[in-house]
Amino acid sequence: MNALIAFLSRAIVQSIPLLFGSTGEILTEKSGNLNLGIPGIMYVGAISGVIGAFPLQQRITAGEAVSPFAVIMIPLLCCLFASLLMGLLYCFLTVTLKANQNVTGLAMTTFGLGFGNFFGGSLIKLSGSNAPAIVLTDISLIYSRSIADKNTAGPIGKLFFSYGFLAYLAIIIAVTAAYILKKTRIGLNLRAVGENPATADAAGINVNRYKYVATCVGSMTAGLGGLFYVLDYASGVWSNGGFGDRGWLAIALVIFSLWRPAVAIGASIVFGGLFILNAFIPSGTNLAIKEIYKMAPYVVTIIVLIISSMRNKKDKQPPASLGLAYFREER
Amino acid sequence: MKNKEPLVHLVKRSDISSGKAWIIRGIAILASLVFCGLLTLAIAKVNPIKLYSAMFEGNFGSKRRIWVLLSNISALLGLSIAVTPAFKMRCWNLGAEGQCLAGALATTACMILLGGKVANPLLWAIMLVSAVLAGAIWGFIPAFFKARYGTNETLFTLMMNYVATQLVAYFIVIWETTKGSANIGVINQRTEAGWLPVIGGQRYLLNVLIIAALTIFMFIYLKYTKHGYEIDVVGESEKTARYIGINVRNVIMRTMLLSGAICGVCGWLLVGSTNHTLTTSLTSGYGFTAVMVSWLSRFDPLIMIFSSFLLIFMNKGASEVASSLSLNESYGDILTGIVLFFLIGCEFFINYRVIFRKKNAEVSEKKEA
Repeated sequence: MNALIAFLSRAIVQSIPLLFGSTGEILTEKSGNLNLGIPGIMYVGAISGVIGAFPLQQRITAGEAVSPFAVIMIPLLCCLFASLLMGLLYCFLTVTLKANQNVTGLAMTTFGLGFGNFFGGSLIKLSGSNAPAIVLTDISLIYSRSIADKNTAGPIGKLFFSYGFLAYLAIIIAVTAAYILKKTRIGLNLRAVGENPATADAAGINVNRYKYVATCVGSMTAGLGGLFYVLDYASGVWSNGGFGDRGWLAIALVIFSLWRPAVAIGASIVFGGLFILNAFIPSGTNLAIKEIYKMAPYVVTIIVLIISSMRNKKDKQPPASLGLAYFREER
Repeated sequence: MKNKEPLVHLVKRSDISSGKAWIIRGIAILASLVFCGLLTLAIAKVNPIKLYSAMFEGNFGSKRRIWVLLSNISALLGLSIAVTPAFKMRCWNLGAEGQCLAGALATTACMILLGGKVANPLLWAIMLVSAVLAGAIWGFIPAFFKARYGTNETLFTLMMNYVATQLVAYFIVIWETTKGSANIGVINQRTEAGWLPVIGGQRYLLNVLIIAALTIFMFIYLKYTKHGYEIDVVGESEKTARYIGINVRNVIMRTMLLSGAICGVCGWLLVGSTNHTLTTSLTSGYGFTAVMVSWLSRFDPLIMIFSSFLLIFMNKGASEVASSLSLNESYGDILTGIVLFFLIGCEFFINYRVIFRKKNAEVSEKKEA
């Protein structure tokens, strides 16, 4: 029982960056934009939060008092702002300039990973400080402060109340996104834009505005996933490449949850579980088999992708115009 | 009457001469270089002239550096060539990474299992055949489901990359030299069994020659063969293709087989000739860069030679410069990204004509005339 609780709570922690990423990507894809730049955006979000937090940590280390409010807000705003810029860049290229979405997205991922690793590896030198490594312990303590202590709390406390505030924010955002997409006029319009922009345009919906807003909000949401990873999960320690392939997993998760943010909450926990499965399955001396377990999220996604295309149910498909630029005069 | 015409409006153009289009791209490249220079000035306080001369030095400074540059270019060019036929058909094969790894894994398996048991030339052939098969299978799986059920190939091939990566990771642990190192070391270091031949004393010359041959093959294949024509038609309009009696399903599967097979060849070269070892990061992300190279070159294999040179030059040069300033070498990726953004953006000016709103008077004047 205890092992199960421990497994679940770790799966939930793992699921949060994925949930941020996939909620962001669902919003983006609903507008017809397939943003393959999400992995890059999550890196940029993470490192921008770190860049914002670094001077604060220096001040705390030097013994200055810094208000917890500033400690939370400054990295958060840095992260949101940088992710917004990435979203705007993507929109400018794909919506305004009608560039190919796959190519733009991959270029953003190249750029984002480079940006993250460059500043992750050079921040100390560039800022002229003499810290040995980027360690933001005090910032992270505030970010990961939870209601229940994860070491001493009972099963309920451990399962539901042992996470930092960003974890709950992820769920709130996912639920809100689900509600907006399904129940509001804005959501209906957004889905129309993603399914058939020409029809939406004819109905008087400003296609470009919807694409811009959905993609930018999506980017900012995804960026928060990076911030959660570094300031909560990784205890404020930045290591290049530590974030790994979570960005691509988030994109896989979008398919796995069939473009529904509410489903993504549960699905991300499943993925989180699959992600750490290899650490829990007793494999004895056979270490190699762990690498096969790590394949699980991707294989499961492929199976979902195949099955959903075979059954061909209308409500379980990608948005019809996903990946296509909209040009009004080309109908 | 109030002027309701929007401030700018776009007209698609198909009449632009290729010369003019290349001038636009040239301007975009120059602009991106200027931007990169200024950015480096701002971040690292290195003046642009110094930056580019250091980059030039880093890429061409010695005979060895030139060969490394050529080897990198052939790796990227090979994968770009590989994804091109699929792209031309509007089939987004983002799985070059995985297909190449599958080929590399097959090559490694042959080298480890058969090394010393069969004569070298035979082993080379076995390695090549198995690499081609492995890459082709990896490309065929998504193609089969796309052809049969319309499964989204962009996402499918993307996922296949990570399946391949984990498969490679699995075998690395199985074959690792010392327990727990997750590193298989140099394969057959003592016997050099299965190492591809060194031609003319240059280790990378073989790669360059094979990739050059593949580039020419692909150019001819796409431009002058029936297959190339079919790919073209399917890419333009599937319905037209069906109407003129092309079996679209077969074309999709055949083309992805080819695409995967060439990726397999790249894997064969990377393990057999360049590295003599297998790691999960063997392809250094070139599988993704190849997507952009292919697209930016308008699917023309000859232009890809230049595009892959440009990207490798910027990336490696910037890494070199950053390292020499004891900054992180990922700076190369940032600059690559920026060059790509400029090139992606400039396509707009090639495909569309921007027309600004004219003054009312002018418009009516024209109408009368």
